[in-house]
Amino acid sequence: MIKVEWFYWLCGIFFVLIALQVLNDRSNAKRLGSAAFWGILGVSFGYGTFVVNKQAPAWLLGIAVIGLAVLAGSGFPGKGEERTTTPAERVHFADRFGNKLFLPALVIPVVAAIFGAWLAKVKLGDGKLLLQTGSATIIGLGVASILALIVGMALLRPKSPAVPLHEGRRLLEHIGWAAILPQMLATLGLLFNTSGVGKAVGRVTDHLIPKGSLIAAVALYCVGMAIFTIIMGNAFAAFPVMTAAIGWPLLVQQFHGTPAVVFAVGMLAGFCGTLCTPMAANFNLVPAALLEMKDQYGPIKAQIPTAIPLLGCNILIMYFFAF
Amino acid sequence: MWVLLAIAVVVVGFALRINSMLVVTAAGIVAGLIGGLSPVKILNAFGDGFASSRSVTVFIVTLPVIGLIERYGLQHQARKLISKLKVVTTGRLLAIYLLIRQGTAALGLTSIGGPAQAVRPLIHPMAAGAAERRYGKLPEKLQEKIKGFAASADTVGLFFGEDIFVAIGSILLITGFVDATYGLHLEAIDIALWAIPTGICALLIHGTRLLLLDRQLDKLAAADRAAAKEATR
Repeated sequence: MIKVEWFYWLCGIFFVLIALQVLNDRSNAKRLGSAAFWGILGVSFGYGTFVVNKQAPAWLLGIAVIGLAVLAGSGFPGKGEERTTTPAERVHFADRFGNKLFLPALVIPVVAAIFGAWLAKVKLGDGKLLLQTGSATIIGLGVASILALIVGMALLRPKSPAVPLHEGRRLLEHIGWAAILPQMLATLGLLFNTSGVGKAVGRVTDHLIPKGSLIAAVALYCVGMAIFTIIMGNAFAAFPVMTAAIGWPLLVQQFHGTPAVVFAVGMLAGFCGTLCTPMAANFNLVPAALLEMKDQYGPIKAQIPTAIPLLGCNILIMYFFAF
Repeated sequence: MWVLLAIAVVVVGFALRINSMLVVTAAGIVAGLIGGLSPVKILNAFGDGFASSRSVTVFIVTLPVIGLIERYGLQHQARKLISKLKVVTTGRLLAIYLLIRQGTAALGLTSIGGPAQAVRPLIHPMAAGAAERRYGKLPEKLQEKIKGFAASADTVGLFFGEDIFVAIGSILLITGFVDATYGLHLEAIDIALWAIPTGICALLIHGTRLLLLDRQLDKLAAADRAAAKEATR
């Protein structure tokens, strides 16, 4: 069986190689701290395997994670000088390779799609699935990236096999610590859950609904999903809380709403919140860093005017179809 | 109730623009302490959370190959290709991408797009190329606008497409949670079908805004030219 952990190790090795490169990069004024950041991150990815399997203490990783946050807060990782091709060279290469340049980029979605749509269902001789359950997307992305790299190397024939690593580092250094912010936020969600933040929010919303008004209950469920998602950065974290507070006791039990509609649309109302929040870093801040935007809130600003009317649509859809 | 202070830490931290990693860490520690967790338990939670959410960082495995093809002029080629197609404007291109992204996500093919593997190498250079054909060299305001909308087309398409697919995390979370908590037996397919009306609304709203983006860019470019003229006078 192909295991997802293999690909976490691949990520870990990538980060460690980046750390070694950074350590040798004299043009990076912050090379020691930066190398420490990528190095700790790389080791954490491998160590995480043992934490998930309960073979190693999690608190050690916890210390490493807080260490990463402190490094990020102190201005690490920094960027070195970019050693890539000049714009003029790129024009020259583009003329030479033409549309073949798209080939490696297209390998990624095609292979990922094959994994997600077909290989995810393939079983081995012993009846087990070929790919680890629930991980087909990640495994597909990992395999797709490796195949795309092979195609790219064969096509472009760079002078040194280290070229993709240097170019990968160039992109990673643009993203910086934001690369692991999504992971930190997921961790925060877990801590919030264990500490009872969700239950406390449920108690607050209890006081907000006028008794007997269906539209008010529907609106509060949807808006509550959006707001709580904005705070938590994740509709998955908001869903159990708001459903326990309003969705189930009021909308389904008291007003006899159709559960499938209430819950499906409620989750989508939460997604409207995801469009608006820097807490959903992987969807909103990482793209800004990847596109080298001056304004890290640029994507959010483009999304808010869609999110607000769409939240209204969700309220109406739930109101008219669930009751 | 005091545990809500942790939420306040997040809100205040982001408002003051303190480094997000520090804000998140501080909020986690505050929530844990008020919630009565011991320091070791808090560290354990950080470790467990980080280890079990590694999947969100896997996108970085695409960076070496994306960087490699960028080195050999991918973005330039994307611009060149799109500048030959005169009917393709920035807004129309992004609207088409929104439709493709949403449609493929609805079929469960969520990793077809994404900011690392599609927006940076392909979609943004094409959108910028279409704008360059119209306005020449792009002033910063236009560049930022196009980048923001390129990212938004990807995200909106993904969010309101993926929920139409049965075996996606959010649907499994809904059925898993309510079945376990309230003893219901919801069919994943019913949840997925009820994601369709919202999906259509999302496509109409964001698609329209993307098509209107061309006019917005016209205005921004005109304002920029006027300002430049003013400056040289």
